[in-house]
Amino acid sequence: MAETNAYRGPRPTLYETSRPGARCLRCPPASVEGIDAVELFGPYARTTPAALPEVSEIEIMRHYAHLAAMNFGVDTGSYPLGSCTMKYNPRINEWAARLSGFANIHPAQPDSTLQGALALIHELQKDLSEIAGLPGVSLQPAAGAHGEYTALMVFRAALKARGDARRKVIIPDTAHGTNPASVIMAGYEVVTIPSTTEGLVDLEALKEALDSDTAAFMLTNPNTVGIFDPQILEITAAVHEVGAFAYCDGANLNAILGITRPGDLGFDALHINLHKTFSSPHGGGGPGAGPLCVSAELAPYLPGPVVACDEEGVFHRVTPEKSIGRVRTYLGNFGVLVRAYAYIRSNGAEGLRAVAEQAVISANYLRVTLGEILPVAYDRHCMHEFVLSAARLKSEEGVTALDIAKRLLDYGFHPPTIYFPLIVAEALMIEPTETEPVAVLDALAEAFSNIVEEAKTDPDLLRQAPLSTPVRRLDEVSAARSPHLRVIQTFCS
Amino acid sequence: MNYIPVTADERERMLERIGVSAVDELFSDIPKSARLSHALAIGAGHEELEVQTLLARIAANNRCSDDLICFAGGGIYDRYLPALVDNILQRPEFFTAYTPYQPEVSQGTLQAIFEFQTGICELTGLDVANASMYDGATALVEAALMACRVTKNRSRVLAVAGLHPEKIETIQTYSAAGNFSFETAAEIGPLLDETVAAVLIPYPDYHGIIADVSPLIEAAHQVGALAVLDCDPVLLSLLKSPAELGADIATGEAQSLGNPMSLGGPGLGMFACSEKVMRQIPGRLVGKTVDSQGNDAYVLTLATREQHIRREKATSNICSNHALNALAAGVYMAALGPEGLREVALSSCAKAHRLHDELIGTGLFRDRYPQARYGYEFIVDWSGSESFDAVYHDLLEAGILPGIRVGERGLLIAVTEKRSEAELGRFLEEVHAHG
Repeated sequence: MAETNAYRGPRPTLYETSRPGARCLRCPPASVEGIDAVELFGPYARTTPAALPEVSEIEIMRHYAHLAAMNFGVDTGSYPLGSCTMKYNPRINEWAARLSGFANIHPAQPDSTLQGALALIHELQKDLSEIAGLPGVSLQPAAGAHGEYTALMVFRAALKARGDARRKVIIPDTAHGTNPASVIMAGYEVVTIPSTTEGLVDLEALKEALDSDTAAFMLTNPNTVGIFDPQILEITAAVHEVGAFAYCDGANLNAILGITRPGDLGFDALHINLHKTFSSPHGGGGPGAGPLCVSAELAPYLPGPVVACDEEGVFHRVTPEKSIGRVRTYLGNFGVLVRAYAYIRSNGAEGLRAVAEQAVISANYLRVTLGEILPVAYDRHCMHEFVLSAARLKSEEGVTALDIAKRLLDYGFHPPTIYFPLIVAEALMIEPTETEPVAVLDALAEAFSNIVEEAKTDPDLLRQAPLSTPVRRLDEVSAARSPHLRVIQTFCS
Repeated sequence: MNYIPVTADERERMLERIGVSAVDELFSDIPKSARLSHALAIGAGHEELEVQTLLARIAANNRCSDDLICFAGGGIYDRYLPALVDNILQRPEFFTAYTPYQPEVSQGTLQAIFEFQTGICELTGLDVANASMYDGATALVEAALMACRVTKNRSRVLAVAGLHPEKIETIQTYSAAGNFSFETAAEIGPLLDETVAAVLIPYPDYHGIIADVSPLIEAAHQVGALAVLDCDPVLLSLLKSPAELGADIATGEAQSLGNPMSLGGPGLGMFACSEKVMRQIPGRLVGKTVDSQGNDAYVLTLATREQHIRREKATSNICSNHALNALAAGVYMAALGPEGLREVALSSCAKAHRLHDELIGTGLFRDRYPQARYGYEFIVDWSGSESFDAVYHDLLEAGILPGIRVGERGLLIAVTEKRSEAELGRFLEEVHAHG
């Protein structure tokens, strides 16, 4: 393996290469004559300019070209990051979101001038409602966690209307960290229940925890070990029996598109991650969109505005009658909605079902292949993802899931999600998605096989890995101990 | 059109390897009674050519700022987007990447965010900025919650009534969860006491006014509350920084730093605070460190505040944020530089003040706040004899989005550097036609 590559190694920030007087863009000079900040703002005028970088255009372009070369995206290579659904991001979606008629519209324009955008939102509401099997949809939430929070507030409002204040929300120990954090933000108490040794909901434990003080049960299904819980109808029935709501975290919706629908499984609410299942890009951490789909009982409580169509076929922004209010400004992450809409139109009903089928086939293919190399935590048919455990390798060779992940980088693969879910020791959670070619899945398996071999012959190599990346393992401890969170500039005026 | 690269033969081979004869067997955990027996009613798929035609047609059903000259603002502005910003955003290494949890192959995203954080610190004067929130409203909610944590047993949040109405509504929604109480008032002073965790102060307010905020910041501090300034990042290039004014937290909608309006989303929530409260900051933070070879490198840090580690004890539930919008803002701040951003702000202010004076000069609009200081956004009231509904409608017909309507006769007008003399002239001409 090569040493750190000089062409993509560390690079100083633009703040450090800033040179007084260097310029990129200017405003046409005539437009700034005869006005000054002191005249406008008196004592509130700024006296020390913000020390932004002073650099030329070519320096900026080379800077970001260099930074891009130090980054790994879905276009760079396989990205089997469990629960993140790192599928290909179609370019037609990017093209669509950049159309002037979508990118250059202002939310304060009257509805009459936004009929295209409102029609798109209306149709996307209908599409997602059909896919979810739930009649009410709000496209407002900006991300999955935001959708969870919104759902819990909708539950709160519906319970209040019943005159039935409740205090707790139950989640299984396999849940994403956003679930308990959203519960707290929505003013509820978290009750965590254990899972069975098969990674499923412990129905007895759930029934014991459910009572008249339970507002909701939150479940990711298929769950975070990649298994569809076969007791699902009993689970949602038990939740309803105590008058609570069943919430589906839709992070793993990709596996069941067109095969079953959360509404048909008894869920009252579901958030959908458009940036996972519906192919909008993750953008290095966002923006995403987390639309919320709910039952007929809950629909009047959705955050506003939503889009309705009148008898003349004209679209309007309306606020549901008992709305919890806004959960953000304006209409949702519209640019992300356009991408998801384009994706749904491209795929259609058959295409979406094919997505689910191939995602599940690819995951099972890899499970069978990788299962010969490392133990699968729950060795049965999986859905779109599965979990390997490196616990035995750790006790025998002293090599951890982290070491394997880092070594995968040297083989040109993005590592799986590691150390999640928390119930599997040394977990490696793998989600290939439907957009990986078979040859790539085979190459990934071969890389795993080589790495496990290396663990036996040269474990130190794995502990040192990665060797070929722009930078090597980082000192995360000192980063947290003495945080250095911005460029510290030395001022000389 | 789907994006599956597996051929029918390969699919058969995969099923064989798995040991099933049909794909249905893999879905056997799903109760039969809940399986879909029909195709989803969303229509058939389309080829790319058809999708392109369809989307172009839908987009053409909107009137966009190309043919509807935009004088609307309220946090979302029609600014000039430098060509290099979107070129960088379209690099797939950035936009097809996940959250930078594997720092060895994510230095691009990490360093870009670190530089974004630096830019926000420079504009606000504060010590620490996070990697972004969803938008200006949720940034304020997070500020309110953070202030409650910092001030320990306090849970009362006050806001100046001039805050953006959609921000107020958002905070009200969150406050219904019972984690904090929320009140708005034109005069905050009489409400202040030692139960108050935070005072949220717009700078400028929804009507564009730069009020005398210093006394309020001081009063908040006197009772031990945090002062939160809700800012416009472009105007901060001309305004005394939140840090200089003594604010503990600065938030704002930062779409206008290099992002398209896009119907108001995705926006960019900016969030910065002083060092003394930073351990309670929500969201992601990128820090500088070294790798095992001593090279400079960047990494997500102080993650023990975050939901994936702390779960119910996290400072926030936020996971996905608006990283790509933050990248755009980082590029934008570098492309403009300190002088360029001032020019953008000054040019906007100069045009706004000119348009304001000329609109008042027509005798058809009245100044709502004649003595107020404002930047590039201001509010006037129609005083002509015609109904303002008709005037507004005619302006739209003439290709002018004159601003945001506030009440029956009010118009909140924003003028950016993008507006030309000719466009200002057309606006005035249309107004004159109603004299």
